[in-house]
Amino acid sequence: MTAETALAPKHSPRDYKSDIKPVWCPGCGDYSVLGSITKAFSELNLDPENVAVISGIGCSSRIPAYTDCYGFHGVHGRSLPLAAGLKVARPDMTVLVASGDGDGFSIGGNHFMHACRRNVDLTYVVMDNRVYGMTKGQASPTTEPDWDNALTPGGSGISPFRPLVIALAAGANFIARGFSGDQNGTAKLLKEAIEHPGFSFVQILSPCVTFRPDQKTWKDDVHDAAVDPTDEIGRAARRLMTDDGFNTGVLYKGEREAFQPPIGEATATVADLEGKFAL
Amino acid sequence: MNQPTDNTTSISLVLAGSGGSGVITAGNMLLAAAAKAGWYGLMTRSAGPQIRGGEAAALLRLSSEPVSAQPDRYDLIIALDWLNFERFADEIPLDKDTVIIGDASAAKKTPAFVTEGPARRGDIDFKSMSKAIPGGRPNMIALGTIGALIGLPEDALDAALSDALAKRGEDAIAASRAGAEAGRAIAAEMPATPKLPTPEGEKAGRWLISGNEAAGLGAIRGGVRFVAAYPITPATEILEWMSPALTKVGGVLVQAEDELASINMAIGGSYGGVPALTATSGPGLALMTEAIGLAVASEVPVVIVDVMRGGPSTGIPTKSEQSDLNMALYALPGDAPHIVVAPNSIRDCVFTTQWSVHLAEAMQTPAIVLSDQALGQAKSVIAAPADIAFFAQRETATTPAEGEEYQRYAVTASGVSPMAVPGTPGCAYTADGLEHNPRGTPSGGAKDHHIQLDKRQRKTDDFDYGQHWADQAGEGDTVVLTWGSCTGPVLEALDNLAGTEQSARMVSMRLLMPAPKEQLANALEGAKRVIVVEQTHSGQFMGYLRANIDLPKNVEHHCTPGPLPIRPGDIETLIKEGTPS
Ligand SMILES: Cc1ncc(C[n+]2csc(CCOP(=O)(O)OP(=O)(O)O)c2C)c(N)n1
Ligand code: SF4
Repeated sequence: MTAETALAPKHSPRDYKSDIKPVWCPGCGDYSVLGSITKAFSELNLDPENVAVISGIGCSSRIPAYTDCYGFHGVHGRSLPLAAGLKVARPDMTVLVASGDGDGFSIGGNHFMHACRRNVDLTYVVMDNRVYGMTKGQASPTTEPDWDNALTPGGSGISPFRPLVIALAAGANFIARGFSGDQNGTAKLLKEAIEHPGFSFVQILSPCVTFRPDQKTWKDDVHDAAVDPTDEIGRAARRLMTDDGFNTGVLYKGEREAFQPPIGEATATVADLEGKFAL
Repeated sequence: MNQPTDNTTSISLVLAGSGGSGVITAGNMLLAAAAKAGWYGLMTRSAGPQIRGGEAAALLRLSSEPVSAQPDRYDLIIALDWLNFERFADEIPLDKDTVIIGDASAAKKTPAFVTEGPARRGDIDFKSMSKAIPGGRPNMIALGTIGALIGLPEDALDAALSDALAKRGEDAIAASRAGAEAGRAIAAEMPATPKLPTPEGEKAGRWLISGNEAAGLGAIRGGVRFVAAYPITPATEILEWMSPALTKVGGVLVQAEDELASINMAIGGSYGGVPALTATSGPGLALMTEAIGLAVASEVPVVIVDVMRGGPSTGIPTKSEQSDLNMALYALPGDAPHIVVAPNSIRDCVFTTQWSVHLAEAMQTPAIVLSDQALGQAKSVIAAPADIAFFAQRETATTPAEGEEYQRYAVTASGVSPMAVPGTPGCAYTADGLEHNPRGTPSGGAKDHHIQLDKRQRKTDDFDYGQHWADQAGEGDTVVLTWGSCTGPVLEALDNLAGTEQSARMVSMRLLMPAPKEQLANALEGAKRVIVVEQTHSGQFMGYLRANIDLPKNVEHHCTPGPLPIRPGDIETLIKEGTPS
């Protein structure tokens, strides 16, 4: 943590909120996640113009336009490469990526693995509601196999995967879980994730009140992680593999160096390059 | 097969062998030696499907003048062995004057099209000869024989050989020299071939470069400093050349996990203010189309180089075709105005790629560059291309005055709106693939949609492309209308017919989208005959032309798919005799 962040914030969370009214259903968990994001930015004293919020497509992916930072609302599933391109080209920017469990784990699943492995300094926030909200209620890779819906009546019959374990195996440098119902706690997690170098993955359990009213019970299901974050990958694996999916907090913190090739430092001119072709 | 054309100014030869026999290495040495000694030349390569160990051939054409096309016939063919040689049969037109030299120890394996063909034969015992030299290799023996037969100066060949083997050390160079010497000695026993014409002009001011390297250089000249890409034949050499080159000029190349990632990374880098590019071939372009549409809607400049190969699907990865034209023009979802341009020579790969960066940046829209394997993987001696003044010039936004609001998608006369570089205070906006209003706020309203569609269309429709929309040459009331790598053979045919009754002119389109309708109509004014030349099976270019201009009823069409190159003689015959009915 830098000395600066210890000073009183010069920006309030409001400075990061745009005047655009969200399209979300009343009661959607994503409102609270938006609040956590802007709170984390303000506590880190980031100038809004030096922050970019990047996303794909989904209810959760609508977040960029609701912030007053630079943003990019891209195509479904491709937020991570979009963000990695920006961060590698502009290492001075703070880049946060917002996604959903469909956007991030299904159509964008390949990029998820490789973003963990590449370890560009990004904060990846996945609002996991175990459903495709935007397309009105289909199963996602984190949906329970017996969850009945119109597209896969009686349930998909397919076991959900564990994104945090995948993140660990693929090389993510920071892994945490939060709950949208705990706005301050989630803001704290995000703050830590942004400050941690390399690829930070934060799964936020964010209920879909419209298509998953059963998720009302989540507020009773979540609990703080019993032990502090580990930097030991074997312990983290056991922990993530066996947890109930509801323990929140920072679960793994690695020490891999972030991927950031040098940019902007020229040692030759274009004419020098051309010289190699001259006879 | 075509009539052999007047070849006195050039020598064409093939060096073929199984993988690992070093024919491509030897071919590169021959081209470099000829370049050093003052000749122009073109080397294309043909390879079988094997990754390593398959048959390969270096096809060279050397001349005292710039070479723009593969030849109509070959003067000399050397086969180090006959393994799968028949696979090249279609690509290597022979006649009675062709000299074929094969491996004496495997004479029985000589394929029928050689033994029964018209050519003159010679045999060299490459195996025993190279065994007699410590570290000797058959390809170096062939190198010496070829040099002596066509009259390539010994010192130039020696210098090229030493340059190429410098890293392998003195012993390797000595062994290769001894091999070449032995090859030279035996050349006198072979049937004679024509000799190279006297070189003309100064070699200073010439480059030896491949089309893929040229495209990479054009991009860097244009200001590209961020590249993200996924390897694919035949585009990979662009990336392998650019990777270290970018590092030197302060840029960066990222290897992405797939083409969906590469194009999105490039868009992300460009959104950050750094001119960006990705390069691929047909299958990769197919994966990129959704995100190219995103770049159109969100108005982010980006350059996509497609080095075309035979399709559909995996098709013929190592060989050329122009059949991605329709995809480049029409594959994006929605009404998506973007730029499609095509280089028409190896040299033009520099200009057209540089120009594409300028166009993309000036209009804040994606530009697709349609190169192909015939340009990309061929190496040529060219006159050094002048650096045109085109450099990425993006109209950027500055912090608005107190009380004023920045509008990312402001409606302007040109359609281009100042683009804020992230980090600029007071201009924060969200780039969006959702339709939006001038501020960038998502909007599904009919009015906003129409206004933004008009604005985006205006950008590319009203832009002044100047004379670069096409290259024109020749004279006459017959017009050959073509594009891309078909241009070289057309130019050579026109050259051969210049001053005769059949003299014709050529219009080679560099700008394909937006279709330069007016310029094209003007260029065809007064034409008695129009001949459309393209390398596809279905006539994609003809379809495109018909959609955009009125062609005469009697328009002629030369339309053949890859992988066979279109040869100058094909076009000459066509102009002389018309399209066979
Ligand atoms: C290429 C493509 N395929 C499908 C869609 C349709 N689509 C939009 S959002 C979405 C799923 C979103 O689910 P999730 O990421 O979980 O976000 P949520 O809406 O639940 O927040 C789908 C399938 C699309 N926009 N693009
Ligand atoms: S559908 Fe679900 S996820 Fe989407 S806005 Fe409504 S509550 Fe939120």
